[in-house]
Amino acid sequence: MKAFAALFSAIDQSTRTTVKTAALAEYFRTAPDDDRLWTVALFSGRRPKRAVTTTQLREWASERAGLPLWLVEESYPIVGDLAETIALVLPPPGDTSDRSLSDWLGDLLTYPALDIAARKARTLDAWDRLDATERFLFNKLITGGFRIGVSRKLMTRALAQATGQDEAAMALRLMGDWTPQTTTWQRLVAAPDAEEDDSRPYPFYLAYQIDGAPETLGPPGDWLAEWKWDGIRGQMILRGGAHHVWSRGEELMTDRFPELARARDFLPEGLVFDGEIVAWDGAQPLPFNTLQQRIGRKTVSKKLLRDAPVVMLAYDLLEENGTDLRDRPLEQRRDRLDALLAELPDDANIRASPLIPFETWNALAQTRSTARDRRAEGLMLKRRDAPYLAGRKKGDWWKWKLDPLTVDAVMIYAQQGHGRRANLFTDFTFAVWNGNELVPFTKAYSGLTDAEFNKITAWVRRNTLQRFGPVRQVTPELVFEIAFEGIQPSSRHKSGLSLRFPRMARWRHDKPAQEANTLDDLHEMLALYG
Amino acid sequence: MNTPVLSFTDKGIYCPAGDFHIDPWRPVARALITHGHADHSRWGHDSYLSTDAAAPVIRHRLGDISIDTLRYGEQRRIGGATVSFHPAGHIPGSAQIRVEVAGEVWVASGDYKVSPDGLCEAFEPVKCHAFITECTFGLPVFKWAPQATVAADINAWWSACAAEGRPCLLGAYSLGKAQRVLALLNPAIGPILTHGAVENTNEVLRAQGYALPDTVRVTPDLDPKQHPGAMVIAPPSALGATWARRFRGAQVAMASGWMRLRGVRRRRGADRGFVLSDHADWDELHQAIRETGAEKVFATHGYTDIFARWLGSRGYDARIVPTEFGGDEDIAEDTA
Ligand SMILES: [Zn+2]
Ligand SMILES: [Zn+2]
Repeated sequence: MKAFAALFSAIDQSTRTTVKTAALAEYFRTAPDDDRLWTVALFSGRRPKRAVTTTQLREWASERAGLPLWLVEESYPIVGDLAETIALVLPPPGDTSDRSLSDWLGDLLTYPALDIAARKARTLDAWDRLDATERFLFNKLITGGFRIGVSRKLMTRALAQATGQDEAAMALRLMGDWTPQTTTWQRLVAAPDAEEDDSRPYPFYLAYQIDGAPETLGPPGDWLAEWKWDGIRGQMILRGGAHHVWSRGEELMTDRFPELARARDFLPEGLVFDGEIVAWDGAQPLPFNTLQQRIGRKTVSKKLLRDAPVVMLAYDLLEENGTDLRDRPLEQRRDRLDALLAELPDDANIRASPLIPFETWNALAQTRSTARDRRAEGLMLKRRDAPYLAGRKKGDWWKWKLDPLTVDAVMIYAQQGHGRRANLFTDFTFAVWNGNELVPFTKAYSGLTDAEFNKITAWVRRNTLQRFGPVRQVTPELVFEIAFEGIQPSSRHKSGLSLRFPRMARWRHDKPAQEANTLDDLHEMLALYG
Repeated sequence: MNTPVLSFTDKGIYCPAGDFHIDPWRPVARALITHGHADHSRWGHDSYLSTDAAAPVIRHRLGDISIDTLRYGEQRRIGGATVSFHPAGHIPGSAQIRVEVAGEVWVASGDYKVSPDGLCEAFEPVKCHAFITECTFGLPVFKWAPQATVAADINAWWSACAAEGRPCLLGAYSLGKAQRVLALLNPAIGPILTHGAVENTNEVLRAQGYALPDTVRVTPDLDPKQHPGAMVIAPPSALGATWARRFRGAQVAMASGWMRLRGVRRRRGADRGFVLSDHADWDELHQAIRETGAEKVFATHGYTDIFARWLGSRGYDARIVPTEFGGDEDIAEDTA
């Protein structure tokens, strides 16, 4: 674990991408095969399943540290990370260990077969042989929450550097359904065999939000426009007599959306579509909260299939007759996509996301303003002659989203942030007026600068009315503009509604609390856009 | 035992028998000052009393004030109270203030650390009935490594940067932390440059006889190229400012107890974070409280509610001191 901990420290200590990449590449050159394979797995989101609950971990840690549980729990919100809190409260290790990353991970994989007492014994033993950084990593791995500041792109680049291979080819090879148990470093990275994996998706191409007006993109004739749907981005693969549906997070979702299997009855082999999975009422998408019922359900009841049916709105064709089309211009891919899908009946459950014809940017802006009526979030602009790239790259694909909805709300509770913003007050609860009463309706914790969070933190300290553990009730005085992407009814909230992606758009220094919005205003928005 | 020896008012800690305040935050007639940090030593009091070791810095920071001094351990009768100052080990000249009224002894700790840093007067436990303790780092996650270990880390970092030809920029508060770091540096590695705010304090402390290595003040016309492999000590606020830009390719680090937390390290955006604090860690707080023999403990300056609850569960009569900022000044300057 020492080499991996050193790698982690090097990455964690640097703010420079080049330094992080170099540290990773060096590790990929020198680490033993099993360790580097696991490292690739971890940095591409293939984390081992959680081996113990966080409650068990807290209890064991407080016992080992000789501290009451409440004290460990009070420390947690201040540190901002449970794995770190535990690593810091434990007494210094009595021993060291030369076991490698894959040795420890091998251990964790045996946990499910052990009873709780044995899991605890192993965990305490590990804590006593690992230093602070190693413990932190071990705790991250054991709770299944291993996420550190390395993007997949960065990891892929380092891997390409270390092996002298092409970065795009490497990215493709790392996609799909492998784990360190089903492959080896040799097979996956060093000398992949020619045999292709039928289920393997392509790396997704991700768009940037356009800054400013689309006029900066040049002549409108160079661009195609589509609706930006509010669903789940996915790839549908028809190969080898089967179909596979992948999410952007590379999760296999085939069984979650059984209705998409219908595509096989109508389409030939050797196709890969990129598109959006949406709940569908027969003519247009249903609100996102309908689709939400389908997310996270591995088995789908008949009733749910009836109430929240899905289709794929395809907007790109990445492979046809088994041939990779990604280098062809978008226009050509789009023609083939339309030709394939044009004649399909509705119950094929896949349809082409329509192109929006337009002559001028002005006219397109008009169309965009009607997006909410179409249950879209705005528009996508794609360059006609662009290839399908991998990852988030500027230039060819742009999101042109609607301006968010906004309300002015009063801050009533504040809590210290996590991670990078531990020990600043950054997590707030906001309320709107219902008569003379302030009704909480949302939390938000992003959108302001560090300088503003510093100011608010000082203010919160001086204006605390009551403390409830880490939460402080504050004088209802500060007003913020809350921006959000959608609004939906909710029986779980006192306000009767919930927001999508709420964040603080700005601090309204100019507004007294009395002038914040009302619950009625929100319910009006719910009626219009919910 | 009618009136307590010390009470807590909206101006700060107050002694009714002697009619004086300790580290008050609003103007008062007579202020006893534990040390020169801005949250303890404020402008506007009619008269000041501090240790003779702390007075030069306080005068330097506050200008024309009326200040009287005592040596460590020297007693002074003020009204019905007898007061004396005892080393707090926090920064040069810092003190705990002992107040005795009719045989009952209370001690206000100010800020303190227990383990000696080799530069300032080492902490001295004072027996008392009631102890007002800071608890800036009063959580079990805060534990400091021995100073020698941190010093070795800092010097190793400096050597590595110097070998690459990069300057090192180290953020440390201008009074206390900066001088402590200076005293830990190995001047054989390279030249040491200082920000004006740090160097002004250095001058005051050197004149008092505190031993600091040779330093070069960074002035507008200083050419960093003339000082290859330099270590630059500056207040944290200068690190992100235009001032720091002249040191091209510099590696940036912070020295503070908060660097123990990964989140804070990352928020600071520094390349390195050295865990080096002038406050007591979790274990030192317990050691200090134990050695006073006090049964009554007041927690101030930090995670007071959690720390007082913990002490209460260990059999102490523990309470929270209300302060102007609701108890935790964990992002204020000079509390690192
Ligand atoms: Zn201080
Ligand atoms: Zn202080």
